Amino acid sequence: MVGSKKKFHAGWMTLAYIALIAVAICMIIPYIWMLSSSFKLNKDVFSFPMVWIPDNIRWQNYVDIWTRIPLGTFIMNTVKLSVIVTLLQLLTSSFAAYAFAKLRFRGRNLLFLSYIATIAIPWQAYMVPQFIMMRELGLNNTHLAIIFLQAFSAFGVFLMRQFYQGIPDELCEAARIDGLSEYGIWARLMLPLSKPALSTLTIFTFVTTWNDFLGPMIYLTKTELKTIQIGLRMFISQYSAEYGLIMAASVVSIIPVLIIFLALQKNFVQGVASSGIKG
Amino acid sequence: MQKETTLATGKSNKPFITRGMKDHLVAYSFIAPNFIGFALFTLVPMIFAIILAFVKWDGSNPMNYVGIDNFIRLIKDTTFHKALWNTVVYTIGVVPLTMACALALAILLNQKIVGRNFMRTAFFFPYVASLVAVAAVWNFIFSPTMGPINNLLHTITGIPIEDLPRWAADKDWAMFTVILFTVWKNMGYYMVIYLAGLQGVNPELYEAAELDGANGWKRFTNVTIPQLAPTTFFVLMILVINSFKVYDIFINLFAGADNQLNDSTRVLVYQIYNTAFRSLDYGYANAMALVLFLIVMGVTIVQFRGEKRYGQ
Repeated sequence: MVGSKKKFHAGWMTLAYIALIAVAICMIIPYIWMLSSSFKLNKDVFSFPMVWIPDNIRWQNYVDIWTRIPLGTFIMNTVKLSVIVTLLQLLTSSFAAYAFAKLRFRGRNLLFLSYIATIAIPWQAYMVPQFIMMRELGLNNTHLAIIFLQAFSAFGVFLMRQFYQGIPDELCEAARIDGLSEYGIWARLMLPLSKPALSTLTIFTFVTTWNDFLGPMIYLTKTELKTIQIGLRMFISQYSAEYGLIMAASVVSIIPVLIIFLALQKNFVQGVASSGIKG
Repeated sequence: MQKETTLATGKSNKPFITRGMKDHLVAYSFIAPNFIGFALFTLVPMIFAIILAFVKWDGSNPMNYVGIDNFIRLIKDTTFHKALWNTVVYTIGVVPLTMACALALAILLNQKIVGRNFMRTAFFFPYVASLVAVAAVWNFIFSPTMGPINNLLHTITGIPIEDLPRWAADKDWAMFTVILFTVWKNMGYYMVIYLAGLQGVNPELYEAAELDGANGWKRFTNVTIPQLAPTTFFVLMILVINSFKVYDIFINLFAGADNQLNDSTRVLVYQIYNTAFRSLDYGYANAMALVLFLIVMGVTIVQFRGEKRYGQ
């Protein structure tokens, strides 16, 4: 009886492995193809059967992309925007979330409700009036527009507040008795304790800003202001037959996100779990 | 809590009301940096959006109040209908497929599997990888005549390349291609949410079910599924909303240098974008945006009700 159960279990596990490995291959192959093609001449990119490691590794693609398009400018713009937005988001969200989770004040529920109520409203539903407003403020074709657009999200406040609610009130009370001010509690107690939530928010914000497409497309029409996404898109549509170069530029655009992701992913599952999906 | 705060600092001789006011000011100072930005760039445009839906405006000439004319136009606008329909078809394709894949992967990766962390990372990564880059790779891989997929299919099946699906370039296959791409790109994210949900399931429930003689499938339907109901509602909500907001995936898979989509691939947000920023028909674009808002709100309300019912 026990033996047959074990056999059943082993069979099931084999199936699980086969399924998982198949999915893993599907998930990873596009990147390998991208990487491999980025080292090829245009004429070799689509050779079939596929050559995974080209005989002549063409580093030249990675030299040419910097001169064919202002890729350096695009990357600098994107780094600048992503870093500023992420810092602002972390700072203001965790600050506001502390008040919502641990302080009592008049209008708390109403204010929090205004965040919650907007969390589900798609940005696309109010992007047009937002654009008109920004234009009136003279922010069209400035990076400030993108910063204002991304830095104050309801999502960030919600995520941090959920996490802070899991921290016992007694800890804050003890700190208060020890003479810490509310700002001190936030800085010395809440911030260090909320590292998982902060790294979740960092990943989300950084990656959202790095990968944002529609926002920069609306606001940044000058080439020197463009981010990597719309810059890359411009390049792909202008030189659609430069397969090798397109793949090299794509690899370059993915690397920073990969680094951030690998550096912080340990905290990620933990962060998502503690952000209180169950409400 | 406030009471305790007051007690704890009761040594000061100041009257309670001042103390309370100071507490309030401290609290507001925590909220202010975020709330000011949030109010200015989110709340105000949202209110402005409702007004704009009832005017005709090109952005430079004076606004004209036109009542519900924009909405009457919507009812007759066949291009808009097509965009709405495509969005609905896309949503119907993406949502169940993503949920099924995400849940299956989460359950598999919740077992003691060798290489579990690597796989989690690999499955999640497409969600964060630059869309423009991965869409470019997909377009190359699924290229109708040159791409490795069709060449491979040709080699395996012997069907001439001309008769194979033209994927993104084919109006009958375009929707299938974009659904497949979206599932590939996003399922890892929902898998992580499901994994988090699975970790919250009390292991004693499985032990109890096993003692009662429940087999694997029974444990799945009687323990896992009900225990995951709140997670599932959350995933469903986010998925439906995200599918209705789609724009960038379609542009990057289908559009040329002019960023235009045709009748078989145009979606709701594309229509809003084009009406506002190309035709400068701000009022009409906002009427469309209001439709998007109402759809998303409707979904959210239904889901919250469901969550209340099944969540406990």
